[in-house]
Amino acid sequence: MDYEALRFIWWLLIGVLLIGFVITDGFDMGVAALLKVLGNSNDERRVMINAIAPHWDGNQVWLITAGGALFAAWPTVYAASFSGFYLALMLTLFALFLRPIGFEYRAKIDNEQWRNRWDWALTAGSAIPALIFGVAFGNLLQGVPFYFDDILRLHYTGSFWALLNPFALLAGVLSLLMIVNHGATYLQLKTEGELKARSEKLSTLLALSCALLFVLAGVWLYVGIDGYIVSSVIDTNGANRTTEKLVEVAAAGWFVNYGKLPLLWLVPLLAVLGFVACALASKAKRHISAFISSSLAMAMVILTAGISMFPFVMPSSSHPAHSLTMWDATASETTLMIMFVVACIFVPIILAYTGWGYYVMRGRLNEQHIRDNSHSLY
Amino acid sequence: MDIVDLSRFQFAFTAMIHFLFVPLTLGMAFLLAIMESVYVMTGKTIYRDMTKFWGKLFGINFALGVTTGIAMEFQFGTNWAYYSHYVGDIFGAPLAIEALMAFFLESTLVGLFFFGWDRLSKEKHLAVTWLMALGTNLSALWILIANGWMQHPIGSEFNIDTMRMELASFSEVVFNPVAQVKFVHTVSAGYVTGAIFVLAISSWYLLKGRDLAFARRSFAIASAFGLASALSVIVLGDESGYELGDVQKVKLAVVEAEWQTHPAPAAFTLFGIPNEETQTTDYAVKIPAVLGLIATRSLDEQVPGLAELKAKHLQRIIRGQEAYVLMLQYRAGDKSPATVTRFNELKEDLGYGMLLTAYTDNVANATPEQIAQAVEDSVPQVWPLFWSFRIMVACGFAMLLLFALAFWHSAKRTVDKPKWLLKFAVFSLPLPWIACEAGWFVAEYGRQPWAIGEILPTHLAVSQLSVTDIWISLISIMVLYTIFVIIEMWLMTKYAKIGPSSLHTGKYDLESPAVAKEV
Repeated sequence: MDYEALRFIWWLLIGVLLIGFVITDGFDMGVAALLKVLGNSNDERRVMINAIAPHWDGNQVWLITAGGALFAAWPTVYAASFSGFYLALMLTLFALFLRPIGFEYRAKIDNEQWRNRWDWALTAGSAIPALIFGVAFGNLLQGVPFYFDDILRLHYTGSFWALLNPFALLAGVLSLLMIVNHGATYLQLKTEGELKARSEKLSTLLALSCALLFVLAGVWLYVGIDGYIVSSVIDTNGANRTTEKLVEVAAAGWFVNYGKLPLLWLVPLLAVLGFVACALASKAKRHISAFISSSLAMAMVILTAGISMFPFVMPSSSHPAHSLTMWDATASETTLMIMFVVACIFVPIILAYTGWGYYVMRGRLNEQHIRDNSHSLY
Repeated sequence: MDIVDLSRFQFAFTAMIHFLFVPLTLGMAFLLAIMESVYVMTGKTIYRDMTKFWGKLFGINFALGVTTGIAMEFQFGTNWAYYSHYVGDIFGAPLAIEALMAFFLESTLVGLFFFGWDRLSKEKHLAVTWLMALGTNLSALWILIANGWMQHPIGSEFNIDTMRMELASFSEVVFNPVAQVKFVHTVSAGYVTGAIFVLAISSWYLLKGRDLAFARRSFAIASAFGLASALSVIVLGDESGYELGDVQKVKLAVVEAEWQTHPAPAAFTLFGIPNEETQTTDYAVKIPAVLGLIATRSLDEQVPGLAELKAKHLQRIIRGQEAYVLMLQYRAGDKSPATVTRFNELKEDLGYGMLLTAYTDNVANATPEQIAQAVEDSVPQVWPLFWSFRIMVACGFAMLLLFALAFWHSAKRTVDKPKWLLKFAVFSLPLPWIACEAGWFVAEYGRQPWAIGEILPTHLAVSQLSVTDIWISLISIMVLYTIFVIIEMWLMTKYAKIGPSSLHTGKYDLESPAVAKEV
């Protein structure tokens, strides 16, 4: 396997990790974000929390792994995005802080006010990262201002407030609604009675909104946002020469790849169909189908963003030649190879024991079960 | 404070808070696995109750370990962007492997540990607990491989085209002797922490005369596990690795306040007041030959003193200065064979040349005073390391003594353990945390002025952020962490006070309706 193939595989693998993150951690973030929306009593909220209690911690490792894999496979991208989006990342971090303690401490004290505070903490801790991840993608699609100096030190020249532009906010809302909808489809699988009925209703509405926002973002991207195109030849088998390529900025530039390979249109199409299918399945009480179509739709949304920007991962709006691509911002061939082998060995093992965990904890939860096991559950 | 000081302070603060929770997780995970094994082997439900109750306390601690751990992974990218770019090719790999091999396992199974009691057979649940303990320890292994590489960066090479360090030998990075020693030392310290925690709280129940059967059994397991672990920390601990690389040699010389190289075998300074101005240690109490024996395993090898190490650094800084200038020429387009050949001769010392960038933007014309200052700053200050090392060792021996006495009384099956021993155990509760924090301080402050030993100076490793941004993050983190730690300690104390009665099995001393209602 050569360097070029490894670089392409790692572009796919980063995508797989992000998709793994939104499908697994996505539903527990969605459920937690819905605590105050769908849970009308403490018992109902406990049903919701205990539906995800055994799994949220393992799910969150998809995010940690995506971060670690970015560090190992695309070190310069990791450095540039995390330091460039500094305050946004810090805000995400503070939100994520609230989840582990929220889950663990909420039921430790029998007091209404105590529980209420942790409910808000869990809601914020789950909704804020979902929103910010979308905002970050919205900004990547527009390019962000940064450049490298003579020893390849990165200088980011944008501000936190500039990240909150209209297109990025649209992407943020789409991301938040996607995650929340996914949480609602999971609740359809794990709850009974009124809570389940409310989740079905909410999913029908949210999934359709997601389809609408996704199409709107696509139109906006075509009409109003310039894309980036590499206009020199990158040596895809050579060492990174991150700052030595030529890059053009062009209207509808993010649609060039679809022109080259029209089959790719299937990906955004499947995203829209996935959301529509999710809405229909929720309405028809086909809970498994609803969850699967929601997962599919989210995977396709992420893939759409990746394909549109390919080979870019972090374009520079101020110095387009310094943009980071999946060909020239990667780790060395040796490291990519070692990490590929490690991923091939461990990802199947992880999927196996994670799957077993879900199997062990299978079945629906109800309020009676919560009351009967009040001291051992969250 | 500038961005370097602020970023360092933020990293130190978050790392030290994180390490309040990590060692207890490492130790408790194994203690839980041992207790549950006894339950499965003997079928006595009291051991299941022990696993569940100590598991409750484990959970309160674990939540903050996870919370503060996320901050650690984010911060390399947010605050140390040049570091991430410059060494990510090597340093990122163990972190990613940690997530794939260990953190997934630990985090997935911790859910089944807490919620799988009624859904798994005894044996399967026991397997879950052991795998969770294995996960926590593997996690420590990969993190310490990454950290060991910062102290003693082998298996890698500088690539001038990509302007970063790249992996040359993965096996050298994994089997780095500094990392291996650190791993054994750190996990053993974690086991000691878990053992002291269980021992101290059990002793408190014994002093109060509560839940005696429960407390005695917990006391016995903790004392045996703790004794073995304390011996391992001290004997196998940081015994070697000080002869490898200049960073470790400097650390040893600073920790021992070894200002000058003395004729072999060197004496060990037990106590004294290091005096930076005169470069001597006042009122030193010395034990002849011991340092030479510990550090070199011989009677005739010398332990280099700080003066000798600094003289060596001067030579390397001068060579590094030339390397740095050649590197800039190359990157500006001068790729002539003469430049490349000369650079390759000098590139081992490039990092020493980078030290000069702290004093001047024009490295080529650095003045003799600037070079002298760089040499002076090429070793850390003596007194903070000298004292923190001695605090760590003192705590270590105090805990060894405690475990030895506790084990003796457990083995003799003394029914009523002496009050002074129980009080000794209760008051020892803070010791492992003091030792752990002091130990990390020695390891990381002792690495200065380097982020990556002899390769990347700390001041260059930071992200180019604004001072305001870091103040915002730093203050927010400090406020949040303070609130979290207060809540954690409050819950921990509350549940420790209630004891096994918090399980609501109906078998324990405090299960009056009033108490039951409170929880």
